[in-house]
Amino acid sequence: MKTVRSKRRLAVLGLLGPFLVLFLLTLVLPILYALYQSVTGIERSGPFGEGGTGTVFVGLSHYIAALSDPVFVASLGRVLLFAVVQVPVMIVFATALALLLDAASARGVRFFRSAYFLPYGVPGVIASILWGFLYTPGLSPLIAIGSAWGINLEFLGSGSILWSIANIVIWQYAGYNMLVMVAQLKSINAELFEAASIDGANAWQVVTQIKLPLIRPAIILTTVFTIIGTLQLFAEPLVLKSLSSAITSSYTPNLASYNEAFTNNNFSLAAAESVLLALIACAFSFGFLTFVTRRGSRS
Amino acid sequence: MTADNARIRTLDSHLMRKSRRAQHGARWRVLVTAALAVAAVYFLFPIYWLIIAATKSTGSLFGSSGFVLDKPQLLTNIANVLTYNDGVYGRWVLNSVVYSGVGATLATFLSITAGYCFAKFTFCGREAWFNVILAGVMIPGTALAIPLFLIMSQVGLVNTFWSVLIPSLVSPFGVYLGRIYATAAVPDSLLEASRLDGASEFRIFFTLVLRLMMPAAVTVFLFQFIGIWNNFFLPLVMLSDQSLYPITLGLVQWQSVADRHPELYQLAVGGALLSVIPIMIAIVSLQRFWKAGLTEGSVKG
Repeated sequence: MKTVRSKRRLAVLGLLGPFLVLFLLTLVLPILYALYQSVTGIERSGPFGEGGTGTVFVGLSHYIAALSDPVFVASLGRVLLFAVVQVPVMIVFATALALLLDAASARGVRFFRSAYFLPYGVPGVIASILWGFLYTPGLSPLIAIGSAWGINLEFLGSGSILWSIANIVIWQYAGYNMLVMVAQLKSINAELFEAASIDGANAWQVVTQIKLPLIRPAIILTTVFTIIGTLQLFAEPLVLKSLSSAITSSYTPNLASYNEAFTNNNFSLAAAESVLLALIACAFSFGFLTFVTRRGSRS
Repeated sequence: MTADNARIRTLDSHLMRKSRRAQHGARWRVLVTAALAVAAVYFLFPIYWLIIAATKSTGSLFGSSGFVLDKPQLLTNIANVLTYNDGVYGRWVLNSVVYSGVGATLATFLSITAGYCFAKFTFCGREAWFNVILAGVMIPGTALAIPLFLIMSQVGLVNTFWSVLIPSLVSPFGVYLGRIYATAAVPDSLLEASRLDGASEFRIFFTLVLRLMMPAAVTVFLFQFIGIWNNFFLPLVMLSDQSLYPITLGLVQWQSVADRHPELYQLAVGGALLSVIPIMIAIVSLQRFWKAGLTEGSVKG
């Protein structure tokens, strides 16, 4: 029966091979390349390298350079502050929407669900262009309405721009996160609710005692994705940059490393900055996962 | 008789409790619906603004309230978007459709085959490979773009169609979904029976497994399609030739020079509306597919 085994092996190769090759080329190789770049530098002997260029190992000096650059450190601090506010607001908002949809009677639920999910189909840059118009004085109906009520709204100033960006991100992704939770709510066995109603549980108790604990996996999943997505902030500030002087060319770590690579041609420093950001994103998501699994196993 | 009376009494009290709860429930339902409606206004009013703004002339865009119509000229505006700069907008739409359509189709096929392989075959290093792929979900996409650019430039693919398409073919999340779905939806007994009948693995996959895994495939396809459609960083890094741009990149380019060419404001608004409409239709009409498979994809906490 040797042919069966070799047939199976061939099947594995055929089924998994194509994906794995592309995975290695477009995910693993770039990571290794970025790591390699971040610890090497190019040494030129001659003004345009006509004396030859050589790659030299420079250890962690690019990382030290990145971390001792106050502008880059400020951008890191900015996205961390952004994440600390944005992630809880996003998750609480999305969970609330999912629970409300779940509690509502059948009428209108389809409409509301589509309405909330719709912005997910609007690309981040287009959402930013759109909200950018809604933030611009003279163009924005919001500012016009605000001033009619005597409220002076300012969306693009240095104090408010970060939260104006947060609003764009919430507008885009709250519906997606809600959908993940709704899907999980739908999978709860209806007998549980019947049993709870016979036991005289009120709506609030059903939410806190049954629904929330049972959609925990969905909440954890969306939280991790929100953490990773939030730290990568790039398109929104890039688009709003032309509208707000508060956004600099290194407003977020991703903008900084993009700028380092394509304006300053310093790919090594850009690579070090990218690696630092990826490490922070992984540390936060794994940290969060360990935190919740440890708490989960205790309770 | 007494037993019947007792039963009627309990039924009565049950009904009374029920009607009291129904009264309470009606008030509760109004509150819930009101909250849902407020949220809907938040999500929909920017799109409403976009639709209104797309009908305005450049003058009205700045000179009239954003929420009311003012001398609507939607068709003129759309014609302007489509003809500006020799119809470059149409080219961007075509590019976006090709990047997303071809990319998502191939990515779905690769994810489903790989997921099925992980679920139904035992081979050396299976769990290790799977964990490596799962870790790939955690890698921020933007961290990869710059090293990918350098690799692509070394093989001469920068500023080509391939530089955007190839990285879009890999969806670690799709493999994860595919594995979980295959475990649940493809019975081992069916595979064994087909093998005993002498069907080749190739045939089993294409005639049997692919059909069983269709719901997961549709979900992976939709998410990958939207993912590629919305992608901005990768094409921004890779492409310098305008005729290769997807819509996102093209519109940002219009918007970024609009302070010098004010007519581009109106073009950016009209172009944004045109690009959003097909996706909105797809989202609403394909709603039931967005749910399938999402729960299967949750992290077990």
